Amino acid sequence: MNERILPYADGRLKGRERREFEKHLAACSSCRIRVEEFQKVSGLLGELPLVEPSPAFDVRVRARVAAEPPRQSWWAWLAPSPRVALAASMLVLALAWISHRPGDPAILGPSSPEAEYRMINDLPVLEDYDVVSSFEPLTDLPEPVQNDDANQSM
Amino acid sequence: MLDVKAGDAQSFELLLRRYRTPLVNFLYRMVRNREQAEDLAQEVFLRVYRARKGYVPSAKFTTWFFRIATNLALNSIRDTRYRQLEVSIDQPVVADAEDGDEKQLDVADHRPDIEQHLVEEVRRNTIRRAIDKLPEKQRAAVLLHKYQELDYNEIARILDCSESALKSLLFRAYETLRVELAPLVAQQSHQ
Repeated sequence: MNERILPYADGRLKGRERREFEKHLAACSSCRIRVEEFQKVSGLLGELPLVEPSPAFDVRVRARVAAEPPRQSWWAWLAPSPRVALAASMLVLALAWISHRPGDPAILGPSSPEAEYRMINDLPVLEDYDVVSSFEPLTDLPEPVQNDDANQSM
Repeated sequence: MLDVKAGDAQSFELLLRRYRTPLVNFLYRMVRNREQAEDLAQEVFLRVYRARKGYVPSAKFTTWFFRIATNLALNSIRDTRYRQLEVSIDQPVVADAEDGDEKQLDVADHRPDIEQHLVEEVRRNTIRRAIDKLPEKQRAAVLLHKYQELDYNEIARILDCSESALKSLLFRAYETLRVELAPLVAQQSHQ
């Protein structure tokens, strides 16, 4: 019922809801009192005077609107521009160079049945290499001394 | 607004004339600072102008318009709160710079009874303070309901809540105002 007190007090409760609430009001003195008090509060709020915008307000709004850059259409974005043209041609050149570059056979993979057969044969070696290269205890080994033989020979 | 969208400058001028006073009043009562309220009102008109091309009349213009205004006001209040760590909503009304603005408006009041004038000014300040004490969202709801006379449905859309939640919000706001303004409410009963 609380939600209906203000709409009733300000006259916005209509039709069936209004009739129902009026029936309730006839039996509920606390809601009746609240309606009266809300109407008084509303009356008090209405006592505040209106504030007029300062005389310079309109001038400032017009100045800000006039300072707005004209809206560019979608097609304006595509208008020729030296920078855009340069960037686009650089991109085209880069793509052309990448697409025509000879491929690295090691990267491209086997291209013939023989090469494929060799790769399958080498798979255990490759797997061992993977294990050894990521074998953690090996990282703790000291660095190999390389110049010992050279020193002895001297 | 559709004429403004079509690029009619005169229609924007009409929009400005029609809505500037309600808008400045709404923002002034939200932020309680005249200068800030006018700055925000300018921003609202500027945003309306910028958005004119994409405006779709899916809701009433006032709903869209006051939604922009409310969001700007709520953001401004939050920003101000961060900047000024110690802003008290209970500060004496005489310290409010913007109240001076309303006093200036009262210059046209030629009643000889100064005492009566002072009593009315105290009364208005009590009402202003009661509104200021409301949480921002409740304040916005009360201002849109009382002074802009917008429908519950419109206010709910502006505040991005359901109509039922809005009615509950307004009930709480009026309850707070009823308590804050109890002496004045009682005076009205005796009159």
